[in-house]
Amino acid sequence: MSRAGSTRVHLYGWLLLAPAAILLIAFTHYPTGATLVHSVFSEGTALRPSTFVGLENYGFMMGDEVFWRVVGNNFWFAVGTIPASIALALLMAVWVNGRLPARGLVRMAYFTPTILPMIAVANIWLFFYSPDIGLIDQVLRLFGASGHNWLGDPDTVLGCIIIMTIWKESGFFMIFYLAALQSLPPELEEAAKLEGAKRWYIFRRITFPLLMPTTLFVLINATINSFKLVDHLFILTKGGPDNASSLLLYYIYEVAFSFFEEAYAATLTAVLLAVLAVISIGQFAILDKRIHYR
Amino acid sequence: MVLASSAIAGSHLWNSGSDSMSVIELVGVTKAWGDIVAVDDVSFTVEDGSFVVLLGPSGCGKSTTLRLIAGLESVTAGTVYIGGEDMTHKSPSERRISMVFQSYALFPHLNVAENIVFGLKVRKTPAAERDQRLKRAAEIVELSDLLHRKPAQLSGGQRQRVALARAIIAENAICLMDEPLSNLDAKLRHDMRGEIRALQRRLGVTVVYVTHDQSEAMSMADRVILLRDGRIEQAGTPDELYDRPETVFAAGFIGTPSMNLLDLTDGPGGAGISGLEGKPVLDGPGEGLKLGIRPEHIEIRDFGGLPAELVWSDYLGADTILTARVGSQSLLVRVPGRFDVARGVSVNLVWAPENVHVFDTATGRRASGRQALAMAA
Ligand SMILES: Nc1ncnc2c1ncn2[C@@H]1O[C@H](COP(=O)(O)OP(=O)(O)OP(=O)(O)O)[C@@H](O)[C@H]1O
Ligand SMILES: [Mg+2]
Repeated sequence: MSRAGSTRVHLYGWLLLAPAAILLIAFTHYPTGATLVHSVFSEGTALRPSTFVGLENYGFMMGDEVFWRVVGNNFWFAVGTIPASIALALLMAVWVNGRLPARGLVRMAYFTPTILPMIAVANIWLFFYSPDIGLIDQVLRLFGASGHNWLGDPDTVLGCIIIMTIWKESGFFMIFYLAALQSLPPELEEAAKLEGAKRWYIFRRITFPLLMPTTLFVLINATINSFKLVDHLFILTKGGPDNASSLLLYYIYEVAFSFFEEAYAATLTAVLLAVLAVISIGQFAILDKRIHYR
Repeated sequence: MVLASSAIAGSHLWNSGSDSMSVIELVGVTKAWGDIVAVDDVSFTVEDGSFVVLLGPSGCGKSTTLRLIAGLESVTAGTVYIGGEDMTHKSPSERRISMVFQSYALFPHLNVAENIVFGLKVRKTPAAERDQRLKRAAEIVELSDLLHRKPAQLSGGQRQRVALARAIIAENAICLMDEPLSNLDAKLRHDMRGEIRALQRRLGVTVVYVTHDQSEAMSMADRVILLRDGRIEQAGTPDELYDRPETVFAAGFIGTPSMNLLDLTDGPGGAGISGLEGKPVLDGPGEGLKLGIRPEHIEIRDFGGLPAELVWSDYLGADTILTARVGSQSLLVRVPGRFDVARGVSVNLVWAPENVHVFDTATGRRASGRQALAMAA
């Protein structure tokens, strides 16, 4: 091919790439870079222009009690939601994959929470958790318990949020497990059955290992979601009481748009990004070796 | 390839009794899914240590029959006896049967060794015995060097051997195989036929083998059960099916190329091939009958017999298949060696009366008591 020809081919390539590349750079890579830059500058005001302060914002963060509280919350939120929603998703998928009357209906029922917007979900659960008139208190009253302000109590609020998130997420993850289960050849289970393997043994030794790629995918998604999903906090708790239910991203929102401390918000965002990157890479690196891809 | 002939010979577990009793018996077995009747009132027995082939075209219910024996499907009606015991409602594992699946059903995340000993692990066989049996089974199927590979790293033939090893290590008296060779190329398929048959004889296991390939059935089987639309069309030894097909379907299914079937009509001096009434081939009336004659039983002569016109020749190496027109019909003739014909050459066809089969067109069954006529030389 001539030189001019090959230049033209290159040009074509870049033109085809351009729309996606421009969008990605404008809305993903540039903001990421800008955030990192922001985080090492001081907050600029009309009187004091922002100046380079190095790691001062990070230093402030280390001493910020609310930050540590929020990190702690997020940790427990992740620990509470990830394994539970994955296990529930797997359980439901195995169940609705089997012979079941009206299983189309059951599958849809499990998937419904996923298609609801988080805000709508939060409103439903707000009714469940309301003191005295809420569903939970009404049911508990039948057993003689008195009303409890579930969302107003710092000891129970995070648990409430965790339960709601599991309810919302597991239906979504179930779909992935269901798809994976249906792509497994049925002869594998039959072969194992002929050898005398019981259901639990087959699940442990055959089904579950073959679902590992799906589990990794779901695990990474669940982890990211545990840092990303905060819509419900706006409806249910606004992070309260006393930051007992605030999560990292919600705190970032507050810092940026309630307290208008953009530089500090950028600092927190940088930390969030770093945490997510480390977790995702770590999961891939550790699990990938132990997964059998077909 | 020849299977390692060491090991096994004389192993007590595989010689499950000397008297020849039936180890599998199906009585009036039916399997239906709604309106679809996959297996329809099927009854047969399988003798101990024999190699029985379920043969038939695609969709005739071979796999379903096999799965009913294995207990992977439940019967709609009928009884399945295994080892003289009613196993109709027993679970697959209680039937103590091994099975080789068409797709091999190897566990993709386990290596060859783990695949083979899977069943032993399930049954908690002690590790020492497990290793010993693995070694022996791997030797038999010549997989000893590949024990640490994953199934994805094996060729089709090697995977097939793993499936085979997994079936024999269980030391069950019965092994079911569902088209185990269909994924292999022609050469390997041919080799494996011999290997499987030799292995079956050596281990003394009873095999029920499913195939849609009649040549596989003919070369491997002690007994062939020919199925059609879920029913048994004919059951017998390969010889019986070849020499005396009971129906038009059986006649057309066995043999490559299959038997010629020619419509007969009434004619002077006996039944003649329609379009060629002057030359009687069968005593008495011919209307409503078919004459069956295998391509390899027809000879080409320069004079006498039936006048025919050659239309086409297919050279196959060892022999040539000629297409000829006789009266208003065409038939195939197998001649040894190479036989080049110019289109439209006139020849004369001759066959021996004992090789002629007569079928009733309406019922599709063999018409008994009819005498084929000797041909004028
Ligand atoms: N699970 C099922 N539900 C409904 N119909 C089925 C089911 N399994 C098999 N059939 C039907 O039963 C009939 C026999 O199927 P089967 O698999 O036994 O055929 P086969 O002889 O093994 O054919 P092949 O040579 O193509 O494997 C077919 O018509 C098939 O469509
Ligand atoms: Mg089949």
